[in-house]
Amino acid sequence: MSREIIISPVTRIEGHAKITIHLDEEGMVKDARFHVTDFRGFEKFCEGRPFYEMPGITSRICGICPVSHLLASAKACDDLLAVKIPRTAELLRRLMHMGQIIQSHALSFFYLSSPDFLLGLDSEPSKRNILGLAEKYPEIAKQGVWLRKFGQSIIETLSGRRIHSSDWIVPGGVKTPLSKEGVDKILADVPKAIEIALNSIELFNKNMENFKNEMRDFGDFQTYYMSLVTKDGGLEHYDGNIRILSPEGKVVADQLDPSKYFEYIGEAVEDWSYMKFPYLKNVGYPDGAYRVGPLARLNNASHCGTEMADNLLKEFKKLGKNGVVQNTFMYHYARLIEIVFCIEKVKELLQDPEILSTEVQAKASLNKREGVGVIEAPRGTLFHHYKVDEQGRITWVNLIIATVNNNIAFNKAVAQVAKKYVNGKKLNEGMLNKVEAVVRALDPCLSCATHAIGRMPVRIQLYDHNGSLIDEIARG
Amino acid sequence: MRRQLAKVRLATVWLSGCSGCHMSFLDQDEKLLELAGKIELVYSPIADIKDFPENVDITLVEGAVGNEEQLELLKKIRKNTKMLIALGDCAVNGNVTALRNSLNNSVEEVLERAYVENATIKQNAPTNVPRLLKRVLALNEVVKVDFYIPGCPPPANLINYVLNELLEGRVPPLEGRFKYG
Repeated sequence: MSREIIISPVTRIEGHAKITIHLDEEGMVKDARFHVTDFRGFEKFCEGRPFYEMPGITSRICGICPVSHLLASAKACDDLLAVKIPRTAELLRRLMHMGQIIQSHALSFFYLSSPDFLLGLDSEPSKRNILGLAEKYPEIAKQGVWLRKFGQSIIETLSGRRIHSSDWIVPGGVKTPLSKEGVDKILADVPKAIEIALNSIELFNKNMENFKNEMRDFGDFQTYYMSLVTKDGGLEHYDGNIRILSPEGKVVADQLDPSKYFEYIGEAVEDWSYMKFPYLKNVGYPDGAYRVGPLARLNNASHCGTEMADNLLKEFKKLGKNGVVQNTFMYHYARLIEIVFCIEKVKELLQDPEILSTEVQAKASLNKREGVGVIEAPRGTLFHHYKVDEQGRITWVNLIIATVNNNIAFNKAVAQVAKKYVNGKKLNEGMLNKVEAVVRALDPCLSCATHAIGRMPVRIQLYDHNGSLIDEIARG
Repeated sequence: MRRQLAKVRLATVWLSGCSGCHMSFLDQDEKLLELAGKIELVYSPIADIKDFPENVDITLVEGAVGNEEQLELLKKIRKNTKMLIALGDCAVNGNVTALRNSLNNSVEEVLERAYVENATIKQNAPTNVPRLLKRVLALNEVVKVDFYIPGCPPPANLINYVLNELLEGRVPPLEGRFKYG
């Protein structure tokens, strides 16, 4: 094997995302862009595969939230089979989904963002990570690790593995029932999980005092909000219908059929990013920008349906005008409230009398040629849409990935922070981390949109009004 | 004062993949925190470090090589790393990321589907982005790989076992300890 080493003289960006900031003639920030720089092509290369392979293949879109893709895909396949899955199968799928949201939100808060909160946005970059956090605040790091493990263990208890449980979530239901030992094991950990989740909220609230400026400047803008809700407008992650909230907080569309998403969502392309730009069709592009994910779900939901989360939601809604919290920074808070909700739901699901039933899979053959599956992934509404031929081979796939829904908002947020903190022709590290922090608050799952965790590699480039590069700063 | 042993300089990188291998790395849970005493994380998606550094002892690379930018990065990693480990099936053999290799004109076809057929307005494949390679490559098609940890993803306890063995100066045999997929 040759070991040819080429260091190209052309400017190479090392990461998979980059940000460019564009100045006007006076040197003021005119625009800023969040670019996504990789693409894998699932929508095409799945063609020709038997539909029942789709959960297993699309799970590999994302290792952070594989359960989301497994569920959306399995629901699209249920649609192709035209079956209603057994009630226990739905309970078990929901249980795994709750486990996933807990682990994914814990990852976002503790592993990725708490180094900013606790060590500081301007702290030493080489220590600003989970291991640096563990050195300085070992107890908090341990709690975060434990909470994420709690979520991952639910997935493992159900399926035998923590990541890509594609042997377990299958079209028509799930592969195996839950054991009594499994129920007891998870239930035993619930009180500690609740305690840690509530501690995290206290920790967040305490630290908010130190981030007043950031809270004001970080992506405080108006957009539409979209999420699934229950039939009576409550918080929902697995099923339900679409609700859209206007920037002023009015419900402008409700109980839309999620399988008809293409009637109300359009997708635009920009030359400079592999991530597409979804928008509301009736408003147009780019004014039809909407946000999804924890903030959108809590803005949209009238209630949670569990005791502790309902109380937290009431407090949350007081933070915004007309009960709508617009500030991107508050995604963090919304995420923590959802963790509490999910733990309460885990307990409720495990106490359901039918949770141990062994009827967990509906068997059927192909009955339809087109299927859609939609769920609320940790980062927002996720759409899988398949067409198949008479043999059940995939002929066409469309995916709208949770993170991608927020694309216009990413760009707005980045532009807002840049306008606030960049004036002149120089960039500095603190500026870089502030721009990253607003992106981090939106918690992009770029392995879904491309790949990267959230503290993804970023290169910021500054351009003058002639389009010439005048400064550049990078982080790997 | 007791002389402190230098920590092993560890980097983790992902190329074209799902980050599931990195999640499995994090699934070491408390054992990851225990490793913190022995390693220095010099470059990683979960850390804030500017460029891929020099003199790295061990680099775990997740993902296959899908675009030109990743190709250059992998060569740089090889140059600056003593032990380069392919972490997970995409890095080892291309796996799901390489499924597009079976298409005739893989780059044109995947771009056409996503950005022309499945778009509503401004239907054009982006051009101001790193170019996709005609074929997705496993790591050993580009550079010499020193160690392979298969799995989709490799389980956390396997990653932990390998790292601890390497930290003790042993190259562990993996027979019977792993499976693909």
